[in-house]
Amino acid sequence: MIASETVQERVQIPLAAESLSPERIAYLEGLVSQARTAAAVFTQFTQEDVDRIVKPMVLAGMEHALDLARLAVEETKLGVMEDKALKNMVATEFAYNYVKDKRTVGIIREFPERNLVEVAEPIGVVFSIIPITNPTSTVLFKCIMAIKTRNAFIFSPHPRAGRCGAEAVRIMYEAALKHGAPEGVFTCLESQNLQESAYLMRHKDVRLIDATGGQGAVKAAYSSGKPALGVGPGNTPVYLEKTADLNIAVVDIIVSKTFDNGTICASEQTLVIDDEIYDRVLNKFAELGAHICNEKEAGLLARTVIDPKTGFMQPMAVGQKATDIARFVGLSVKPNTKLLIAPIQGVGREHPLSVEKLFPLLSVYRAKSVDEALKVCVDVNHAGGLGHTAVIFSHDDEVIRKFSEVINAGRIIVNSPGSIGALGAVYNDLVPTFSFGCGTGGGNSTTDNVNVYHYLNIKRLARRTQAHMWFRVPNQIYFNMNAVENVHQFPSRSTIIVTNPSMEQLGHVDIVRRYIPEGTHVHVSVIPDAEPEVKVVMQGVEALNFYKADQIIALGGGSVIDAAKIMKLKYESPEADLQELAAPFLDLRKRVVQFPTEKINRARLIAISTTSGTGSEVTPFAVLLDKERGRKVTLADYSLSPDVAIVDPQFVMSMPKGLTADTGIDCLTHALEAGVSNYASPYTDANAMEAIRLVFKYLPIAYEHPHDEEARCMMHNAACIAAMAFSNASVGVNHALAHAFGARFGVAHGRANALMLPHVIAYNAAVPAKFMPSPYTQGYVAHKKYAAVADLLGLGGNTIEEKVKNLVTATEQLLDQLGFPRSIAELGISKEEFERAMPDLTKLAFEDPSGRSNPRMSLVSELAELFWKAYEGRGPAKVAGASQQQTA
Amino acid sequence: MAVITVWIKINEERVVEGLQEAGEKLDSAEGEVVVDFSSVRRINPSAIRALEGFADAADGKGVKVVLRGVNVDVYKVLKLVKLGSRLSFVA
Repeated sequence: MIASETVQERVQIPLAAESLSPERIAYLEGLVSQARTAAAVFTQFTQEDVDRIVKPMVLAGMEHALDLARLAVEETKLGVMEDKALKNMVATEFAYNYVKDKRTVGIIREFPERNLVEVAEPIGVVFSIIPITNPTSTVLFKCIMAIKTRNAFIFSPHPRAGRCGAEAVRIMYEAALKHGAPEGVFTCLESQNLQESAYLMRHKDVRLIDATGGQGAVKAAYSSGKPALGVGPGNTPVYLEKTADLNIAVVDIIVSKTFDNGTICASEQTLVIDDEIYDRVLNKFAELGAHICNEKEAGLLARTVIDPKTGFMQPMAVGQKATDIARFVGLSVKPNTKLLIAPIQGVGREHPLSVEKLFPLLSVYRAKSVDEALKVCVDVNHAGGLGHTAVIFSHDDEVIRKFSEVINAGRIIVNSPGSIGALGAVYNDLVPTFSFGCGTGGGNSTTDNVNVYHYLNIKRLARRTQAHMWFRVPNQIYFNMNAVENVHQFPSRSTIIVTNPSMEQLGHVDIVRRYIPEGTHVHVSVIPDAEPEVKVVMQGVEALNFYKADQIIALGGGSVIDAAKIMKLKYESPEADLQELAAPFLDLRKRVVQFPTEKINRARLIAISTTSGTGSEVTPFAVLLDKERGRKVTLADYSLSPDVAIVDPQFVMSMPKGLTADTGIDCLTHALEAGVSNYASPYTDANAMEAIRLVFKYLPIAYEHPHDEEARCMMHNAACIAAMAFSNASVGVNHALAHAFGARFGVAHGRANALMLPHVIAYNAAVPAKFMPSPYTQGYVAHKKYAAVADLLGLGGNTIEEKVKNLVTATEQLLDQLGFPRSIAELGISKEEFERAMPDLTKLAFEDPSGRSNPRMSLVSELAELFWKAYEGRGPAKVAGASQQQTA
Repeated sequence: MAVITVWIKINEERVVEGLQEAGEKLDSAEGEVVVDFSSVRRINPSAIRALEGFADAADGKGVKVVLRGVNVDVYKVLKLVKLGSRLSFVA
């Protein structure tokens, strides 16, 4: 039967130090003061200074490895001298081998590709509690860590290991001092008691508590309120699976469990063996010197070596030989017995031997299946061993993988001894340590093998990165009169022309058909002249599927081209979820919802625009009307960009005046907003500036003289060029305001833009109340860029302020010339109605993604102010001024 | 009251001795004593103790201690041992 129960921790935690005498407090204060000074002085040391000290310390530790081991065994009466000597060697030589080339002073790591540098900062004074089980090796190891990281350590050896611990500290301190370490870098408490430890743990100048050992010390460390590396007890399950090499496994387990008489907390505690190999394994253990207990002997052990009140092992058994334990308990074993093995039937308080036993007693469990074995290991893991160590012997990778998933242990040792394996660098490539981080399962902040980096504050020097930018447009753009002829160069088996009724009536569809290569099956899909609805788009997709189209020609204004973009998307990737793809994002490259890349169909999209404003023929945007949900869905992704754009002015020669003005101002707004956008780049600036120049020069002509071919051609180019700019630099708050206002009051997009534009230029040119965070810009430059526009247009002005003012005036004059209303009020919207709408307007405008690239972060109150300025208008028109407008 | 400033230059090799000598001149100072640390690249625990003692003595005599030319590494050490707030610093 499998049972699980967490062993209750019953420890006394010292809470205060009131009982300390003034003399003891003075003594402790002296230790801390000395250590604080040493730590402060240590901050001046270089890497070379530090490394010069570490090496002779390591040699000193190794030279005294056996002496210290002898002293430890004599004093503590625990463990095996030869094993302790080996541990002392590992603690020095292996630790040194790992740290010798590590940088721990100044710049310790550099990541040039990320513009990041890590710089070490010492911790300061560390209070270190040393366990009785490894009283000298732990000191040797931590002294090396201390010097390597330029920290001062106050050591507190276990009360029953005070002399050997102090001697280890003395040896290392003398070696360190001799080679230049600061005086007072190591100090050692004369004797450990919980009150003094509590006092030091709470001392303001002690920066870190490094507690390795008993539960009381570790608990106290974590209760002190100070950062702590507390490494406490474990309960290592070991699973011996049937595919394992049994000869290796049995020897490894004996090596590990008998090493220093089992005092390493990573050593195996409960061995779970597959049923098929159980008897063979026990026979091998017996052959190699283990005593296999019968039920009665196991019961006797359980009652004797485990405290029935606490459920923990009895201290008198810790670190004792198997034969001594047997004699004490009253078991008859052979004189050369190395290990006691006691079968158990479950895990938990009713199975006392299932807990941690830091002596050569191993409990064994016979598992009928892998599933049962894993569950018992989980039980052992949860019975006091969470986060510590686990061991598996197996050659079945799937079993090993599953074991690693279900067991919560910082170290999962495979096909090697648990105790020595966990120490690292001997049987595997784990970082060498004498402190095992046990993660949150063990109340620790780390599952690492504690080493140098845990004794450092690592500072990250993060240099500003040059943000990668982009300029993406369709790779083929044909422009000027009769550019539509280029359609002939695109072979197709089946082409669908997406258009609207007016294009058919004007004969534009026939013009396009004329240039489609012979032999192409052509189908014309006529959609309403309005923002595309989901239903319309899906009908188009049906047609694409029906005709197995390999080419779509979108002929129309922004709505038609947008519809064609979405048809293509759904045709190529039917699974694309339009609602999901419309999810908001901050950075195009980091967006959560990605557009599909897998396509079941492929069709070329040729966009022929018939208005000079939206520039949809080159943009990666498409707006869809979701009538069912009563909302607009804006899709944005470069995969939506048409493959080919045709900018042929013959299709705009018949545009009415109002549409010419609306689309022309939309184009100007695109260019002005892209120009001052936080995403602006030299590439987009070039496009934005040229588009602005063309609009100021040609829009009035195209408006007044619709048949002026040059003006129409240049305005058509301007719209496309401005679209290339804002496709890559985005727009700004003008669009955010216009979207909100246009949607609420049913005002055409260009007209809505026009109402806001002069106010937004003045607003963006002023010093922002709040700057917009942007890694792409070099300071605040919007006002200078507006001034550059004024210069380009030859508007005059000696200062930036004058130039901006002249640009605002020129824009107002242009709007007047085009017959735009001067205010929202002129549209017949009452003040009361506008006021009622204001909360919704500001909310929509604030949430509009266009505003995120604006050079000013627009506060809601500022948006309201802009709306009111647009409502109240620009003052009386100066008709005379309009004709004096200067253009380049 | 006139301020009589005493200037003392500290040699890096003899910080402790230099501060002891400076301590002896405290009686002749009124107002402040300026200790020139510009040639001290590092200080050790003995120097810190000597500086603490010097600051104590100066406090006792009501003399302000001004350290001149302290490099940033030494300045950081003085901050860590909490001597920074007891001393004044000039470039």
